[in-house]
Amino acid sequence: MDVLGNYKSAISARSTDKDILKKSQDGGIITTLFAYALEEGIIDGAIVAGPSDEPWRPEPMVATSKAELLAAAGTRYTISPNLYLIKEATRSYGLDRVGIVGVPCQIQAVRKAQLYPIGMRDVDDKIALALGIYCMENLSYQALEAIVEDHCNQKMESVKKMDIGKGKFTVYTERGAVSQMPLKLIHKYVQPGCNVCLDYVGNLADISSGSVGSPDGWSTVFVRSMKGNAVWDGAIAAGCFETKPMDQVKPGLDLVKKLATEKITKNQKNVDARKTVGLKADGTPKGLRNPYESP
Amino acid sequence: MKPAASEPQTKPEVKPEAKPAASQPPTKPEAKPEVKTARSKPHRKPEGKPEVKPEAKPAATEPQKKPAVKPSDVIVDEKVEVVKEEKPVADKITIGELHLSGCTGCLVTLADNYEGLFKLLDDYADLVYALTLVDVRHVPEMDVCLVEGSCCLNDELSVEELKEARAKSKVLVAYGACAAYGNITRFCRGGQWNQPGHEAFVPISEVVDVDLYIPSCPPCPQEVRNVAVMAYLLLRGNDEQKQLATAYLTPLMQLAQRGNEACGCDLMYDVINQGLCMGCGTCAGTCPVRAITMEYGKPNVNRDQCIKCGACYSQCPRSWFNFDVMNNYEAIMGAIKGAMQ
Repeated sequence: MDVLGNYKSAISARSTDKDILKKSQDGGIITTLFAYALEEGIIDGAIVAGPSDEPWRPEPMVATSKAELLAAAGTRYTISPNLYLIKEATRSYGLDRVGIVGVPCQIQAVRKAQLYPIGMRDVDDKIALALGIYCMENLSYQALEAIVEDHCNQKMESVKKMDIGKGKFTVYTERGAVSQMPLKLIHKYVQPGCNVCLDYVGNLADISSGSVGSPDGWSTVFVRSMKGNAVWDGAIAAGCFETKPMDQVKPGLDLVKKLATEKITKNQKNVDARKTVGLKADGTPKGLRNPYESP
Repeated sequence: MKPAASEPQTKPEVKPEAKPAASQPPTKPEAKPEVKTARSKPHRKPEGKPEVKPEAKPAATEPQKKPAVKPSDVIVDEKVEVVKEEKPVADKITIGELHLSGCTGCLVTLADNYEGLFKLLDDYADLVYALTLVDVRHVPEMDVCLVEGSCCLNDELSVEELKEARAKSKVLVAYGACAAYGNITRFCRGGQWNQPGHEAFVPISEVVDVDLYIPSCPPCPQEVRNVAVMAYLLLRGNDEQKQLATAYLTPLMQLAQRGNEACGCDLMYDVINQGLCMGCGTCAGTCPVRAITMEYGKPNVNRDQCIKCGACYSQCPRSWFNFDVMNNYEAIMGAIKGAMQ
C-alpha cells in the first residue's frame, strides 16, 4: 500500500459552519462531518475527545448533539483513548450506529476490532463512520505539560490554542501571548509506542483529514471507503463544505506525501532495529517483540 | 439413536397397563417425539440414513389414536412434514463443541449469532457434537472441534474426551478463555460443591496440542462466526479463498503458540514494557469485567478484578497487526457479510 493508503479522492476543504470554524483547529472537517451525520441519522452518536477536569487533557465522550461536538472540537496534542468507549457506546448508550474519530493507530484498532472482534461483542457492524486525523507522533499529558509550562513558559489553563506547523510548536494564550519552541526539541517527549507506527494519514479510516497540504484554515481530506464516499458526497450536496481541488492549493499533496514517507521510513527503521537490538549467547542478534509479525 | 429406537418399544408396554388413566399417557409419547425429531435434525445432514428412524416414530403415535386426543394428532403431522423437508448440502464442514469445565457461556455465544447460526448450519457447517444442541453422546470425527472450558485433571472422563477430540478433529480450537488460558478456573483450589476433590484445572494445551485460540470471556459471537466462515474457506474454498483464510487465521494460530498464560499484566509485559503502547484505549474498552481504566493515556489494570481471559492483549492493535488482512478490511467484511445473507 502507498504511504497515503487507498483513497477515492483527495480534496482541500473548509467547513461552511461559522460556529464550528470558531472552535476548530483548521478546516473543521471532523466536527462538521459528525454534525452532518448526526443530522442525517447516519450515526446516532460519535465518540470524540471531550473536555475533562484538567486543562487540555481530553477524555473520551459520546457526543449526540452539535453542542457536545463543539465542546470537543479542536486538537489537543495528547491522546484521548477513544476506543475505551467503543463497546460502551453500543451498550450503555444504546447506539446502533457509532461514529468514532481517532489518530491512525486508533483507526487500526477499530478495524482490528471489526475483523477480529475477540472481546468486542456486537461492535463490528455498528461502526457507521470512522474518521481519521493525521498524526506524526503523540505525547503523554505530562509531556505536554512539560512542553507548555517548562519550555514555552505558559500555564496550561491560560492557553487558548496549541498548534504544530512550519517546524514549530506554538502556544497562544487567552491574553494574547504567543510562545514557540522548535519541533525538534519535542522528540524526546514522544510516546515510545509512536516510534513503531507505520501510518501517517489514517489509511484505514472512512475519511481522514488534517491540515498538512492545505492553506491555513483549510484541511486536506482523503475520502477512502465506500461508506466514506457516500457520507462525503452527501455532505457536499448539503453544502457543509467549500472545497478546492488539491492540485490548485499550496503546499499541496506533495507535502503530505513527503511527511508520510518520512514518518514511515523512519519508523520502519525503528521496527527493523528492534529485531537486532540485543545479543544472544551464540553471538547472533536478539530481538524485541514485533507486533507486525506475531503476537 | 439407540435410545430413540428402544423407547417407543417400551411405551406401548406401559400403556396397556395404564389404560384407565386415558388422559395422561398420550401426553408422554406426545412430548417425546417432539424432542426426538428436533434433536435428530443435525444428524440427518451428515449421515442421511437416520432419516428413516424419525419417520418410524409415527408408529409410536398409534397408541395415541385410541384416546383420540386431537391436538396430539396435529402436532405429529407437523413433525412428519419437517422430516421430509431436508436438503443435505454436500460440501459443508463439520463442527463440534466439546464441553469441559466451562459455564456454557461459550456455547450460548455460538447461539448468540441468532439467524447467523442458522445460516452457518444451513450452508457452511454441520454441528455434529454439542452439549444440549446435538443428541450425540460420543465424540465423533469432525473437521473443527471447539473446546469450551479448561480440563480438570482430577476428572478422568474430561482428559479422555479431550484426547479423543484431538485425535478425531482436524483443527482443535480453544474456544473461550477457560480452554485457552484457564480464565477463572485458574483461581480454583478445590473444596467446592459438589466436587470438592476437583482442584486441578489446566488450559487444554497442557493436555493436547491446540491449533487456534479464540480468547475472551465469553468470546464474541462475531469472532466465532468469522472463524467458522474462514475455516470453511480454508477446507473447501479455492486457492484464493484458502490464502485469505490462512492469512486471517494465522494470528489466532500464533496466539496458540504463544502460551497458555494470560492476564491484564500482559499489557505491561508485552506492550508497555516493550515500548509499543500508544494509549488507544482498546484494552480498556474490551475488558469484559472492566478491570482496566485509562490513566493519563495508558492502561491501568486492577489485577484483583482481572479474570485472566486474555481479551485485552489479543484485542490490542499492538499485540499483533497483520497489514495483509487489515488493509483489505472493507473487502473481507463485505465478503463475510455476503456469506451470511
